[in-house]
Amino acid sequence: MTKSRLSTSGVLFAVIALVLLAGSQRAALNAQQAASSAAEVKIDNFSFGPATLTVPVGTTVTWTNRDDIPHTVVSTDEPRVFKSKVLDTDEKFSFTFSRAGAYSYFCSIHPKMTGKIVVQ
Amino acid sequence: MSDTIKDELQHDHNHDGIDRRGFLKCMAWAGTGALCVMQGGVLKSFSLSEMSQMDGKVARGELSFVQISDSHMGFNKAANPNVVGTLQAAVDKINSLANPPEFMLHTGDISHLSKPEEFDIVDQILKSAAPKDVFFVPGEHDMLNDEGKQYLERYAKDAQVGGWYSFDRKGVHFIGLVNVLNLKAGGLGTLGPEQLQWLENDLARLKHSTPIVVFAHIPLWSIYPEWGWGTDDSAQALAFLKKFGSVTVLNGHIHQTMQKVEGNITFHTAASTAFPQPQPGQADSPGPMKVPAEQLKSLLGITSVNFVRGLHALAVTDSTLG
Repeated sequence: MTKSRLSTSGVLFAVIALVLLAGSQRAALNAQQAASSAAEVKIDNFSFGPATLTVPVGTTVTWTNRDDIPHTVVSTDEPRVFKSKVLDTDEKFSFTFSRAGAYSYFCSIHPKMTGKIVVQ
Repeated sequence: MSDTIKDELQHDHNHDGIDRRGFLKCMAWAGTGALCVMQGGVLKSFSLSEMSQMDGKVARGELSFVQISDSHMGFNKAANPNVVGTLQAAVDKINSLANPPEFMLHTGDISHLSKPEEFDIVDQILKSAAPKDVFFVPGEHDMLNDEGKQYLERYAKDAQVGGWYSFDRKGVHFIGLVNVLNLKAGGLGTLGPEQLQWLENDLARLKHSTPIVVFAHIPLWSIYPEWGWGTDDSAQALAFLKKFGSVTVLNGHIHQTMQKVEGNITFHTAASTAFPQPQPGQADSPGPMKVPAEQLKSLLGITSVNFVRGLHALAVTDSTLG
C-alpha cells in the first residue's frame, strides 16, 4: 500500500513536472517570437554597437547607454524620425521601425558617434 | 619642478614661440602649477616656485581673473563621487590666491544632466567665492533636452539670442562664444553663421591693439577631432582675430590643461573641477578617467589669468586642487 501510494504520488509529480516543462517551453517560444521583432544596440566607449544593424520591418530597437557619460540617440533625417531624451548610465530608449529604409542616427551631445539601422 | 629647467623656450623651429620640447615642458608643469607668459610673441614659462622671485608687474598685472570649467554637477560615478567637494575645493583655491581675481569665467558643463537642482548647487557654491561676477558659456551638458532654453534663461539673459556676448574690462575685450548647439552628425563643435557674423561685427569696432580674450566650451583649435575635440568652423572665427596683437583663447571640455601658441593667438584649455579625461588617443574613449583617490585632486584645477598692460602679455597659470 505504502509502495503504491508512493508510486501514485511519483506519477502525480511527473505529471506536474511535465505541465511545468510545457509551460516553460511555451514561455521560451514566446520569448523567441518576441526576439524576432526586437533588437538591441549597446552604447559603449562613445560608440554604438553594432554601428549598423539590419532588422525586419516592425522591429523594436532598444538602445542602452553603458557609459559613465550621458548620450542621446537622434535620427539625422529632417524632420527627425526619432529622438531620445538624454540617456544617463544604464538608461534605455526604444523605437519601433514600421517602415523599410535606412535610418542614420547620431548622439547629439557627441556627434562623432554615429550609427545606422537598416529596416528590410 | 626642478629649478634647473630654463625659463625660456628654445628651438623654436616654427617661429611661433613654442617648440615640441617647450610644449611638453609646459605640459609637464601643468599638473603641478605653471605660469606661461607670452611677451612679444614669445612664450615664457615659469614654475610656480619661481613666481616669488618674479618681477611684481609680471606676476600681478592690471587685470586678474580666474577660469573654472567642467564642474559636471550631478556626476556621481567612480571617477569622482564627490563633485560638490571638488568644486568647493576649487572655490577655496580661488579664495586663497595671493592675487585676488576680479571675476570668474566658467567655460561650461556647469551641470552633468542640465537638471535645475544641479545648476542650483553650482550657483550656491560659487556664491562663496571672493569674486562675485561669473561669466558663463554653456557646455553640451548644460543644454540637454531643451536646446538650451533653461541655460539661456539662467545665465544668458543679457546675451544675444543664441547666448553669445562680449564685455570689456580694463581695456581687455572679452568674448563668450557658444559652440555646443546644433551639432551635426559626424561633426565637431559648431559656432554657426549667425554667431560668426555677430563676431565679425563685434570685432569691427575695436582697435587692433585691444587685447582680446575669447572663451568657449569646446576647444577652438583642433586638439583631437577623433574624439570631437575641436570646432568645425573655428577657422573663420580665428581669421577675424588675426589682425589683433594679443588674443587669448580659453576653453574647457577636455578636462586637462593644454596650451598652444599660433602667431598672435595663445590657446589654453583648463582642467575640470570634477574628473579628469585621458590624453588624446590614450584610451578607448574620452570617458571619465578613474585614478587612485589620492591622485584625483592633482588632476583637477583652476586657471588664473593676468593681464599686464604694455607687455601685451596674458599670463595663464594653472593650479591643481591638491
